[in-house]
Amino acid sequence: MSQPVAQEKINKAPTSVPDRLFSSLSRASAVTILLVLSGVAFFLTIVGWSGMFGDIEGMSGSDNFLEYVGPLVFGTVYSATLALLIATPLAFAVALFISHYAPRRLAQTLGYVVDLLAAIPSVVFGIWGITVVAPLMSKNVYPWANDNLSFIPFFSGTASTSGRTMLTAGMVLAMMILPIITAISREVFLQTPRLHEEASLALGATKWEMIRQAVVPYGRSGVISGAMLGLGRALGETMAVAIILSPSDGYFWSILTNQNSNTIASNIALKFPEAYGLDVNRLIATGLVLFLLSFGVNMLARRVANSGFSGAAG
Amino acid sequence: MKRSSQRVVALLAAASFALAACGSDTDTADAPAEEPAAEEPAAEDDGGVDYASVSGTLIGAGASSQKAGMLGWQVGFQSVAPNATVEYDPIGSGGGRKQFLGGGSDFAGSDAALKDEEWEASKEVCAGDLGAINLPHYISPIAIPYNLPSIAGETLNLSAEVIAGIFANTITNWTDPAIAADNPGLDLPDLAINPVHRADESGTTENFTDYMGQAAPDVWTYGAIEAWDADGPGGGEGGPQTAGVVAAVAAGEGSIGYADASQIGDLPAAAVGVAGSFVEFSPEAAGRIVDSSERTGGRNEYDFKIEVNRTPDSADTYPIALVSYHIVCLEYEDQDTVDLVKAFMTFVGSDVGQAASAASAGSAPISPEVQAEIAKSIAAISVAS
Repeated sequence: MSQPVAQEKINKAPTSVPDRLFSSLSRASAVTILLVLSGVAFFLTIVGWSGMFGDIEGMSGSDNFLEYVGPLVFGTVYSATLALLIATPLAFAVALFISHYAPRRLAQTLGYVVDLLAAIPSVVFGIWGITVVAPLMSKNVYPWANDNLSFIPFFSGTASTSGRTMLTAGMVLAMMILPIITAISREVFLQTPRLHEEASLALGATKWEMIRQAVVPYGRSGVISGAMLGLGRALGETMAVAIILSPSDGYFWSILTNQNSNTIASNIALKFPEAYGLDVNRLIATGLVLFLLSFGVNMLARRVANSGFSGAAG
Repeated sequence: MKRSSQRVVALLAAASFALAACGSDTDTADAPAEEPAAEEPAAEDDGGVDYASVSGTLIGAGASSQKAGMLGWQVGFQSVAPNATVEYDPIGSGGGRKQFLGGGSDFAGSDAALKDEEWEASKEVCAGDLGAINLPHYISPIAIPYNLPSIAGETLNLSAEVIAGIFANTITNWTDPAIAADNPGLDLPDLAINPVHRADESGTTENFTDYMGQAAPDVWTYGAIEAWDADGPGGGEGGPQTAGVVAAVAAGEGSIGYADASQIGDLPAAAVGVAGSFVEFSPEAAGRIVDSSERTGGRNEYDFKIEVNRTPDSADTYPIALVSYHIVCLEYEDQDTVDLVKAFMTFVGSDVGQAASAASAGSAPISPEVQAEIAKSIAAISVAS
């Protein structure tokens, strides 16, 4: 309510040299961001151009660029989607527990621990995935799923004995994006107007009904934008996937086998050290595709977050 | 917005030109000043090279397969030639050849010899007009590790056709009659075979597929390929780098792979069918591979480009090995570089040098006969007249 008055005051504030210095400094910073972003985009386009349209003779393999990047885009989106499917319900539950169920002290500790997850370097997640998750799953879960659920296409094929599958990658990615989705969901849930909650309870709702009536609708777009941010991270994740996933060339729906479509970022990490000539340009061109993909996801997240009923997002 | 971005691009372009300019003149800058020292005779201890007198820095780049071996050579060379240092950037074979041809290094390490057009290009960058020569200095045996606990302690024999069949996905179970035929009396488990290959491009893959292509051309129809996923049969499991392949084989029962023999750890390695019998991997057996291979030069008498013979006649040769070259100019602009290159290459080709890389990388020593041949090529390196 008091915003116009405050704005007027700010505009009328007396200016001095440090003032102007600061204002131009912050403006320069903003411009720098734009320059860096467009610089990256132009670098990717110019260097990647010959990778997209150059002579295939000079590159390894016989695929044209679309055939080359197609499976990679598929693998990228597939692994990120899997991660999202695993992480979102989990993050939703954790956030709800922290904001509405846990005793205050426990909630604080738990929130802190989840935030800590975000600080673990991805290469450590990768090593954890390959040494702990993969063997565990390949010994105990994958053979069972393969035997009993193979009528579902996702579980068909020959189960991997080393566990370096799309499902393992998706699970580790889920752990990596859990903190950001949880953190955002928790903040939104905490901001649910007290009056809404009390009104719901006063009408005789149980706690779960209150959460469904007041908290979830209020926080929905927050959860979604958190999930989109997580998706953005999962799309670009490199080291963990490069370590865990056993890549093949092509499109693979099954999530239990050694044949998996690689992701763009992991493919670059694998191929770049020994690449030369046009292969380098092609890898950079796939980087441009990833850049556009993440850009698209972010735009989508923004749109989703800004629409719908919520006082928290935007 | 658009205009400012164009400016950024122009700036980037300008910067890269400046960098390129810096790169290309490092080699030739101080050449003329050194000419007077041209004809010192050098009658000395090892292959006509006086290690103690050489000084300076030799710059090489290339195959990452040589990285561990190069470490041994660098340390060994430092101890005989204390005034000289060797720098090596393991950027990959292709990148190494490119950098050498661009004048950015004194020698290249490469898992493949110079191609014909690259040799033509080398005449531009080397002094004189004899171009560059390939020296097969590094033999790294490739073992076939497998994970079959139920036959622990016994030897698994695999003929070339069976190996090719496994990696081409035509043999898919360990009970396959073709495997049983190679291993009478061995109780192989009823287990799916999981062939593990390199997920990145690799000289190891190229040499291994070259072996299959030569020894079992009917089964392995893909030829020698560097990138498994792009050009190979598909299927199997992909592991990043050597460590990834070894880890994948170790992790999954029924798995089989191919990897640098010094890196397979405790995994057992298959004996490979050669000339009617089966040869277990050993450095000596792998070292003989260059002896039975033919030089395919035609460029000049000093070039040591070889067509590795994967089907040797004698059963004492292990046919799966990566042969990696050092690529050097036959003529350089100045005496200092010539001395350095000669000294280092002589050292690498000597018994001491080969022992150094065997110790640091588990490579196979090249045989004395081949050493003597290579020494002739190294002796021919000189200042352009």
